[in-house]
Order: sequence, then C-alpha cells, then structure tokens
Amino acid sequence: MTDIFGLLKGKPEDSDYEKKGVIVQGITGSYGSIHAKQMIAYGTNVVAGVTPNKGGQKFEETIPIYNTMQEAVDATNAKISIIFVPAKFFLSAAKDALNSGIKLLVAIPEHVPIRDTMEALDLAKQKGAVIIGPNTPGIMIPELIKIGIMPPMPFKAGKIAVLSKSGTLLYEISDALTNAGFGQSITIGIGGDPVNGTRLIDAFEMVKDIPDLEGLVIVGEIGGDSEEMLAQKIIDLGFNKPSVAYIAGRAAPKEKRMGHAGAIVMGTYGSAESKVSMFNKANIPVAKRPAEVPVLLAGKMEK
Amino acid sequence: MQLLEFQAKELFREYGISLLDSISSTNIEDGRKHAKELGYPFVIKIQVPVGGRGKAGGIQKCQNDDEFDIKYPQVMDLEIKGEKARAILLEKMADIKKELYLSIFLNRSKRCYTIIASAEGGVEIESVKNQIIKEIGLGDVSDEIANEVAKEMGLEGITAQGVADTLKKLSKLTIEKEAELVEINPLAIMQDDTVMALDGKFVTDDNANFRHDELQKYQEKTEIEEQAEKSGFSLVELDGDIAVVGNGAGLVMSTLDMLSDNGGKPACFLDVGGGATTESVYEALTLISKLDRVKGILVNLYGGIVKTTVVAEAFLKAYENNLIDIPVFSRLKGTESEKAKEMLQGSRTNIFDSVEEAINAAVMGVKK
Repeated sequence: MTDIFGLLKGKPEDSDYEKKGVIVQGITGSYGSIHAKQMIAYGTNVVAGVTPNKGGQKFEETIPIYNTMQEAVDATNAKISIIFVPAKFFLSAAKDALNSGIKLLVAIPEHVPIRDTMEALDLAKQKGAVIIGPNTPGIMIPELIKIGIMPPMPFKAGKIAVLSKSGTLLYEISDALTNAGFGQSITIGIGGDPVNGTRLIDAFEMVKDIPDLEGLVIVGEIGGDSEEMLAQKIIDLGFNKPSVAYIAGRAAPKEKRMGHAGAIVMGTYGSAESKVSMFNKANIPVAKRPAEVPVLLAGKMEK
Repeated sequence: MQLLEFQAKELFREYGISLLDSISSTNIEDGRKHAKELGYPFVIKIQVPVGGRGKAGGIQKCQNDDEFDIKYPQVMDLEIKGEKARAILLEKMADIKKELYLSIFLNRSKRCYTIIASAEGGVEIESVKNQIIKEIGLGDVSDEIANEVAKEMGLEGITAQGVADTLKKLSKLTIEKEAELVEINPLAIMQDDTVMALDGKFVTDDNANFRHDELQKYQEKTEIEEQAEKSGFSLVELDGDIAVVGNGAGLVMSTLDMLSDNGGKPACFLDVGGGATTESVYEALTLISKLDRVKGILVNLYGGIVKTTVVAEAFLKAYENNLIDIPVFSRLKGTESEKAKEMLQGSRTNIFDSVEEAINAAVMGVKK
C-alpha cells in the first residue's frame, strides 16, 4: 500500500522532512512555468525542472533545468515529479520519470490516450511508483505542499480528506468545507479520464488510516464504476468515519461525453443512480448541491 | 467516438471478420438501386448511434419493391432516443442456428481490456446470461485464450474455430484502432456452422484521434461542436432554453443538475476549460449566440486565481458588439467580484454571489 504521507512529507528524522523535492517536467512551457511559480509560492520545494534541449539554464534564476529526468534525479535525489507536457508527449515523459526512480508522478495533461495511460501504469507497477491522474488538478496537503494547479484560496489545513474526479468541483467543495470550518488533511484529484493512475478506491486506501482523520468527502461524477467500487470497499471494511459524497451529472444525457473523457453513461454503466444507490447502501449521504456537502458532513458528525 | 453499425462493419470487413452482404444509403433512390443489387429478401436497418433499434421499429424485413417503398421512408423518418437516422443499411437475411455474444471492452475499474463472451447473445448486454469474462491486459488475445473462450462457450469444430478467429481479429482491431469497445451482438452460427457478425458496435478513444487519420471520416460533429472543439471547449447540445456555461466539466455538470432540479431546461453544456479569460468567455458567448432556442445564459465560473473583472469585460463586449441580446445570469467566484458587479451595473448581465441565486433568477428570467 502506498504511504502517501511518507512520499509527500517524509519522516521527522529525514533531513528533508516536510520539504520533499519536486521536479517539474515541462517547466519552461507556458502552463508549466505559471504553475511552477504558483507551487513555489505555496511553499512546495521545487528542486529542478526538465525540458529537453534547455539543460543548463535556470528557471526564475534559481532552479536548475535539465535535459532528462535521469540527470535531474541524479542531481536532486527527488522522488516526486509533476508533468505539464502536451498529452501526446505524456507517455515518453512518464517513462523518463519512472525509469529515473520517480515514485510519485502527478500527471496534469488532459486528453492523454487511454493506451498511453495504461502503458505508463504498467511501468509504474513494475517500478513500485504511483501515478496521480492524468487529467488531474493534482494532490495537496493544504498549507504544506501543493503538487498541482489548484488555486490556494479554497484550501485550509485540517482533518477532512477530499477525493475528487473533478478539478473545479474540488475547489468549490473544499471552499465550502473551509468556510464551514472543515479544513483538509489532504486532497487528491483522481482525474476525469476513463483510466486513472490512482482510482477512488486507491486514494481511499491512501487516506483511510490517517490517525486523526475526522471525515471523508468523495466527489464523483457519472461514468465508470469507481464510486460503486469505493462504496463497496467502505461497506466491506466497515469504515465508519463520517463520510459524504457528491455526484455530478445526474441531469446529463446518456451516451454523451460530458467534458471529461470518462464522464459518459453507457446503458446503465456509469449512471448517477447506480452510484447514489451504492453510497446509500454504504450509509453515505449524497449531496444534491456542492454547498450541501459541509451541511451533511456536520450532520454525520453529530451522530 | 461511436461508430454507426455500417461503419463498424467497414472495419470488420477490413479485418476479415465474416459479414452478410450489405449496402448503406442515405436516400431512397440509392436505396432502390442497392435493393436490386442485393436482391430480396433483406432487412432495412436504421443507422443511429444508440441501441434499442429493433424495439423501436428500426429494423424491418423487406420482401419486395412494394414493401421497400413503404418501409424505407418509414424507417428513415424514425427518431430513436432523440437520434435521427444517419443512413439506412440494407442487409441480406440470414438463416441462423444460434446467436452468440462477443466483445472486448476497456474495463475502467480493472484498468485493462476484458473479453465478454456468451453462448446466449442477441439481447442487450445487461441481459446476456452465462457471461465468460477474461481480463487481457492491453488487449492482446493469444491462440490459447481465444480457443479457451470458444471452449468455455460450449462450442466445437468449425464454430469454435470461427469464434476463436473472430476474437483474435477483434483484439487486433481494438489494439490498432485504440477502441474502448468492440462488440458483435449477435455473432450468429449459420446453418453450415460458420459464424458471422450480424451487428457491430465500435467506440474509439477520442484522445487518440491524433494517431488515427483513417477514422476521421467517421467523425460526426455539428458546426457548433466543431467550433467549440477548435476553441478547446467541450460542448454538448441539449434541447432546453438556458445555455449553461462554466469552467471545468464537473462544475458545469453540477450546474446542469441544479438547474434541472429547479425546473430549468438546459440548452447546452459548455465547458470552457480550466481557466477563464475575456477571450474564452467571449468565444463561449459567440457560440451560444448561434443556438436559436436559447432564451437566457447561465454562467458559473469558479475563478480561483481568475479576476472576475476579466470575465465581466467579456459580457460587456458581447453586448456592445450586439453579439447577444438575451439576459445573462452569472455567478463568478474569484477576485475583484465587487468591482465586476459595478462594471455590469445597468447591463443585461446579473451577477449573483451563489449559483443557487443565479439559477433561480435564470429559471424565472426565461419564463418572462
């Protein structure tokens, strides 16, 4: 099982405890550079960037840029990378990272072919590494480390874990939680693709044993059956921390892709009804509106 | 994208999967010519990208010219689950012994391709009994697996060979065309014990389109959808009167849900993507201005780092250029929202603090 906090924070005896190094792949691109700056401003320890043919240059006059991941990892010993390259270059960037010893790979690009994601996942499995995404806003421990593209304002340190297939709904719902006094211990963007490096169920495994976890928020959407799988897991384990879900796409027509490659109902596979009924079975209330999430969570906590 | 039956069959034919003779047409004149070439009897099959065609009367037997003249236009005029006929396929009738089910699909939760096979096909997959399910990684099917599946289906002799062979061809198609689903239902056992694909379903991975020029002829997009794609937006047309715009697929779906809960009828789903700029919002309004049925626009933007004044500028510009003359109901989350409200004072754009308020106003607004 993945010790996600071990990867993101490390152990108190580590020399880089709570300052784990992050490499940005595609740091000189317009998107990569904006978000590299934002991550640095948030306190993430960005130690290197990688852009082929730009090795030797510096990003923002301080952060060294390398041509390959191997050089960047050799120089920094970082175990985390975040990818900002265009979708068609994702697979080669991911292979470069995984073959160089990266253990946590955050894949931002949208529109990565499923086959490329599956190939990257196969390699990650062999190497004992974790992929978050693709098509994810990223992963963060609020007020400590942000590896992704999320704006900082909605998030506040706390004891609720938030897992989300959607980016903007993650911000929206975290914002509502923060305003209601529920900070977040960790937020994990699953991504909106049909195949996820870290599925809802895997993300749940990462957070379920957080010692002071006070609640779990699951932000799902139509398509696939990862919400159903998670609900079943929660039932099987008898997990009883206060949990609330939200499912987007109840009003979406069938057989149409709703923005995310993975947000499509085929027959009854992937329907909102199926997800809601499984969460109900797991005794997890499903909010009708994002703003209702903290209300339902507070209700669960009182019980 | 999801291919129509006759398109899926074009690919099947290319890969050597056995099929009945068939010809597609889009008008009755061509259809008549094809009827002569094919010879009676045959079936007329509506080509729509949804299932349930048989039940809806979209598949009709045809014995002679008189029947053809009545049934062809009937089938052509059908609308199945809101989908109009894209074409009509004429296909020879088959004298079959039995119907099987065979598919390879992307198993999202297991993150691998999976074979589903059954000796009891011909019904919708949800009702297919005695399913044989095999996970096959990235989609490759060895002789051993193919023969095993046929055996588990209880088949023997040339029928077993035929099924194993078809399965291997489906695997090749899945891998080479990057399919999410390839389905033959039914795969029929003929009187001579060979097998033939009587229907075909094919869904490809749109994100792999850039590697598949050969599939682009199957792409079916309205003019507006094409423009949306060029701008990097996702657009799904719906049949209501309130256009729904936002950033992020989840947020726009959520807005659609809440609007529907409150009695509103969405005219479209438009996701302008992660960020929001004056240009992207203006472009979104341009697209919506081309949809006649729209009486109001509901905008839900979670800006984060985006300045709402930037979005307000787009609205002002749209009115100034007479791009739109219908009201906009907007919830903008982000910085400088007070200033944005001031900018829009007296314009036909209403800004609200919560999406709930914006939705209520939109539902009331279009009723007027």
